[in-house]
Parts: sequence; structure tokens; C-alpha cells
Amino acid sequence: MKTASLILASFLLSISAQADWLNFRGPSASSYDPTATGLPTELSDETLAWKTPLPGRGIGSPLLIGDKIYLTAATGPEQKQLHVLCFAAADGSSIWERRFWATGRTMSHNKTCVAAPTPASDGHYIYAFYSSNDLICLDLEGNLIWMRGLTLDYPNASNSLGMASSPIVAGDTLIAQVENDSESFAAGFDLITGTNKWKIDRPKMANWTSPTVLTIDGEPVVALQSGKGILGVVPSTGSSLFEFTEGAATIPSSTPAGDSLFIPSNGLTSITVKTDGSDPTKRWTESAQRPGTASPLVLGKKVFTISSAGVLNCADRETGERLWRVRLEPPEGSESETPVGGFSGSPVAGGGDQLYVFSESGVGLVVDVSGEEGVVTSFIELGETILSTPSLTKGALYIRSDGHLWRFGK
Amino acid sequence: MKPAFAFAALFTLTFLPSPGLRAAAWTEPLNQISKVGAEGAGNVEAAQAWSDLTAQGSEIIVPVLSAMETAGPLARNWMRSAVETVFEREVAAAAEIPAADIKNFLQDRDNEPNARRLAFDLYQKLAPEDAEAIIPTFVDDPSPALRRESIARLISQGQDHLKEGKTDQSTKVLKEALDAAREVDQIKEIAELLREELEQPVDLPRQFGFLMYWHLIAPFDNTGHEGFDTAYPPEEAIQLNASYPGKEDIGASWQAYSTSDDYGMVDFNQPFSPLKEVVGYAYTEFESGADQAVELRLGCKNAWKIWLNDKLIFGRDEYHRGISIDQYQLPIRLKKGKNTLLVKACQDEQEEDWTNEWQFQLRVCDSSGTAILSTDRKPTPSSTAPSRRRGE
Repeated sequence: MKTASLILASFLLSISAQADWLNFRGPSASSYDPTATGLPTELSDETLAWKTPLPGRGIGSPLLIGDKIYLTAATGPEQKQLHVLCFAAADGSSIWERRFWATGRTMSHNKTCVAAPTPASDGHYIYAFYSSNDLICLDLEGNLIWMRGLTLDYPNASNSLGMASSPIVAGDTLIAQVENDSESFAAGFDLITGTNKWKIDRPKMANWTSPTVLTIDGEPVVALQSGKGILGVVPSTGSSLFEFTEGAATIPSSTPAGDSLFIPSNGLTSITVKTDGSDPTKRWTESAQRPGTASPLVLGKKVFTISSAGVLNCADRETGERLWRVRLEPPEGSESETPVGGFSGSPVAGGGDQLYVFSESGVGLVVDVSGEEGVVTSFIELGETILSTPSLTKGALYIRSDGHLWRFGK
Repeated sequence: MKPAFAFAALFTLTFLPSPGLRAAAWTEPLNQISKVGAEGAGNVEAAQAWSDLTAQGSEIIVPVLSAMETAGPLARNWMRSAVETVFEREVAAAAEIPAADIKNFLQDRDNEPNARRLAFDLYQKLAPEDAEAIIPTFVDDPSPALRRESIARLISQGQDHLKEGKTDQSTKVLKEALDAAREVDQIKEIAELLREELEQPVDLPRQFGFLMYWHLIAPFDNTGHEGFDTAYPPEEAIQLNASYPGKEDIGASWQAYSTSDDYGMVDFNQPFSPLKEVVGYAYTEFESGADQAVELRLGCKNAWKIWLNDKLIFGRDEYHRGISIDQYQLPIRLKKGKNTLLVKACQDEQEEDWTNEWQFQLRVCDSSGTAILSTDRKPTPSSTAPSRRRGE
């Protein structure tokens, strides 16, 4: 890359302040974006703006940057063909597509797939990551900036069930967890060159959780979750800042809210974190708030989890005490043909009082969480498998199913 | 790299100093891209080279496809994205595309298999009817991705004949498809049709090249997964008449073993009964007709190591995350004559039903998946014969 471009890129990095959806679960991987106002309060044919076909499966969520949408997929009998796709937000038309050959192992359980991780972005570059450990950086116009084949570099870094952790940009570093039973590590990558800024060994155990970002004293701190607990690190160096050692889930990820972290640990555990080297303060643990596959969501004074039985639990954020719970199913008396089933995707919320979530059987639900009880106010049956988490921006919700990308909100 | 292109590239680098000449416009970027290496080495230079390359017109397409011949897997991806970027832009601009040259590249079987598949994708967009017409010629193509298209047609034809009650024609077409197929899903589909619909015998182990005859020894200790890195006696020397003290003083001695499984599964639980926290070894010999580059393709859900001619090839300490044919593809070089293969399979402590398996499957093939058979390969054991043969 030319020097002028590097300088421009660095400048742009420093001023990035767009309200875009740049990674798995949006801002700081929290599933919550208060700037996403004007979202549709119902999911219906009337609020469906468009749907567009996808070339292959994926579980990763769409990234929303300006007026474009970025998404990954994998195709072929062994999912060895990797896709990065760019669509126009206005009408879902394809703008560009880039394809690559996987350089790592592509075996996965049938339920998941090679395009399981959500890409990450700093607002100027797309970092597409796959279960094959291929990590590809493109600019927003689809120009290739760098590529890493992490299985070429670290041959035993893989999981025969498939990898799914989504990377995230924190400060000037891209962080990825490549954790498995064998060659298990986390690493920070230079945004412009793709070289390692740091690489640390991680517990040798399968782990599908994604890193999240806490903001403490105005500085980003990345929380790396595993079955052992949480390790907080400085994004640019990987240096350890704090550790929580009471164990944690290996599928649902933690949710940050300021200097607090809500961890799927012994049910759900809330801690507050300092960067002075002291242990985090545990505020509460509540076994009844145990999440299934979906990650928790913090909204105002409430924290939400979805149990493996498909029940939405709402608890007091400060105490963990249960406030209410509601089964996630269409409102009583409504005509539905599809059993709701389980939830792999996580709930998300924007600037309103609604929570949005999609079930594995393709049922989308809107839950009004403003009152004394949660109320399912709208549902739609999309007729396709959905294991992904929606992405939000002002006035629109995007969800990817196995076969399509959908936009709600006109 | 093809000789003619190699010479042209060398000539350009050596004798044509002007960077303004067309050949130089892609030669130096391709050199840079070819240098991308481990842990991000060369990425910055490659990005500049990619930018320079994609600033050119469609004349770069065939030279870049040609350069994939000697490129590594990362560099090949850089080149692929450059080709597709230029192609899409030029097509959108209604610019001239060298369709005939792309077709010629596609049809030259000496070219790199993935590059040829990419050339087919491009040609299909330029001349869809002609591209469709040449698909049957891929039936014996060295590129598995191209061959796949042709096999799919044969399977479809065989099914059509079946529906029409033309069993002889269906059998003929499906046998042709089986001989030509190289990808696991297609081989399985054809074998099922031949066996279940047409009652035809199919020797799947031979088709794949699975190794069916072994000597097994167990149990050595794997408490706490420590056995994975413990070198038990079979790692020091193979003595098939030797016995050793095994785990908890159970004697460990070699046993002759054969499998009749369609997919070559070697099951330690058969001769040794289900055990936990143990290590087993399997030994076999392979007579190669030549010094040759091949692939060992392993499926295993236990931790494993594999040695060729006493040299460790690879090992992996993952337990019970899944198994599939060709799960691990290990490029090796066989020497002419006898080659020895030793597989170590470790069982862990988990008690769930789905963690009972203590097994692996191993085949020898070339990079396209074509079976490479030992020159003294024995007939595939009958499925009615016992897999366990003591005392041989």
C-alpha cells in the first residue's frame, strides 16, 4: 500500500465515529445500539423492504457500514470456497463479490458451517474470518489488502466440529480467538499489514465464544472468554489486565456494559472491572439466568437471557433478581405454522423498547420489554433456517437466513 | 509454470528494462505476490502489487492464471481475486476479454487444477452454451473440481435410465461414473445406486485406496492424556513378535487385523474391547511401485500421530470432535518398494456414548483423490469375514 494511503487510513481510523454495525452483536459486541432508532415495531410483509438470495450458507451476521452491507458465505461440497459479499442497503442489489479458496480445514458439524464467524470492521476495512482460519482483509470497495491462512501458520489450530468465534477491532488492533483442543491461541493483528502484534496461548479446549470490549477509564479492554473464565487484555499488546477464574460457558459470549461484564458463568454472573491489576469485583451470580446458546443482552436497568428451552428471562441488572419471564412464541391466538424451536442467534436491541430475535426455525419475534412483563408483539415466519444474530442501524433490521439476506424497515 | 511462459517471463525480466512494456506490468507484481509467506510476511508489498495488477486490463488474466502453477495457497488466492476483479470490471465495461485464450488455458490439462476451474468459471460467463458443451470432456480430468461437473451429469443420466427401467444402460453409465469419480459424496451416491437399485458389487475400499490389513497393539496408558507424548516401544522399533507390559499390567502384544468396512475403519475396540484412557498402535506396510509424491488421508476422532518409514509426519491431540473421510490430508513421498506406516490412536476418559469410538481410517491417493494402491494389495476382506484375526 502506498504511504499516502497508509497515512490516510490511519487518519480515518482515528476519526471513525459512524453509527455502523461493525462486528458480531454490534457496538462493543453488546447486542445494543442506542443510535439505531426508528426500527420497525413489527416484522411483517409490510415492513419487509427486500430480500436477496445468497450464494451459500453462513451464520455470521451482516456488517452495516454507510449505505452498504458486508457478509460472508461458503460454498462447494466441502465448503472450500469462501465468499465476501457486498450489497446495497437501499435495495439489496449486489455491488461486488470476492471469492477465495480455503487454506485450512473446512470440516464442521452439519449444524454449523465454515462461514460461522461474523466479519469485523473498523469502518474502513473488512476483516473476514472463517472456520478454516482464513483471515482476509479487504477495503470497502473489495480491494484485497492482506490475507492470512492461520492453519498454514499454526497447523493444529482447528476444531473438527467447526470454529465460530468472531473477531473484533479494538483500538488499532484486530483480535481473534482461535481456541480449540490442540493449538489454542488468541492473537492481535495489525489492521493494515495483518502481521501478529501479539499471540498468547489459550486453554486447550474447544471454545466458540467471541471477544467483547469493555471501556474502562475511556480505554478499551478486550475480554477473552473460555471454559476457564475471562482474561482481560490490552488490545494493542495482549498484556493481561485482569482475570476471572470461576469458569464460563464456551458457546454464549459475555456482554459488556461500561465497566461491567455479564458472563455466562454458573448461570449468569456480573462483575465490575478495574485496570489497576486488582481482581474484578463479583456483584452477583444467578443460576436461574443461565443462557442457552444465545448471548445475554443488557438494556437499561435490565439484563436478558434466553434459556435453552426458549424462555426469555429478564433480571435486574444490579442484583440479578428475576423480574419476569416469557416464552418466546407467537402471541396467543395468532395463526402460526412453524414451531419456534430453539435459538442460536442472540437478541438485539436498538433505541426503542423492543427486543428482536430469530429462532432456528426461521421465526422472527419482537418483544416489548418496556412494561412489568415482556410481551411478544409481532412475529414472522421466514421459512428458512436462521442461526444468526440480527444487525441494526437507524430505521432497519437485517437478518441472514441460510438462503437469503433480509431487510426489515423501509 | 509452463516452459513457454517461464521463458517469456525470464526474457521479460532480463532483457526488457522498460517498465512501460505490457509484460512487465504483470511480471513484477506477480513476483511480489508470489513472495507472501508465513505470519503475514510480504502482505504490504503484495497489496501494492495487487493494486498494480488490477489496474491492468483483461490481458493479465491468462498470465495470472498461469502464474498459479508455482504459487503457494496464499499467493494463489491473491492471484484469483486479481483475476476476478479485473474480469468483472472489464465485463461490466464491455471491454474485450480474451475468451479463446481462457478456453485454451482451461483445456490444457497440464495447467494448475484450481486455476483451470477458475478459467472454466470465467469462460462459463463469457460463453455459457459452449462451456456447457465441453463439460462431458472433463470426465477423466485431473482437476477434481472440473471432473465433478461431468460426474454429476453421469449420475443424472444413470438415474434417468433407472426411472425408465433401462437397468443395463444405467449400470453402464454409473460404473463409468464410479471409475471416474474422485469426490467422496459422489462416490457414495454412485455406490448406493449401484448396490441398492441395481444389485451390483462395488469394492469401495479399493476405489478409495483404504488400507485394510494391519497389525494392532494395545493398551498403553493414556491417563490424563499423557500417553499422546509418551513414546511407547512401538515408536522405538516395530517387532511384531514382541510383547510389552501395557496399562495396569495388561500384556500388550501385536495382533493381525483386517477390516471389511467400506470406508476402511480400523476399530481398536474390536480386538481389545472398549477401553478408556489408553493408547493403541497400528502398523502396516505399503509397496510402492515408484518413488512418488502421494497423500495420506486420515479420518480419526481420537488424538493421533502417524509415522512414515519411522519419521513422524503429523500428530493432533483432539478428542471426539468428529471424524470424516479425508479429514486430514498429509502430503508425503513414498519410496519405491516397502514403506512402513505406524498410526498411534489415543482414547480419552470421556464416558458419553459418542466418545466410545477408538478408531481411524487411512487411505493413500494422489492430490486429486485417485487411489494409489500397494503393488501387493490383497483382495478386500469380505464383509462376512471376521475383522479380528488372532495368531497370524
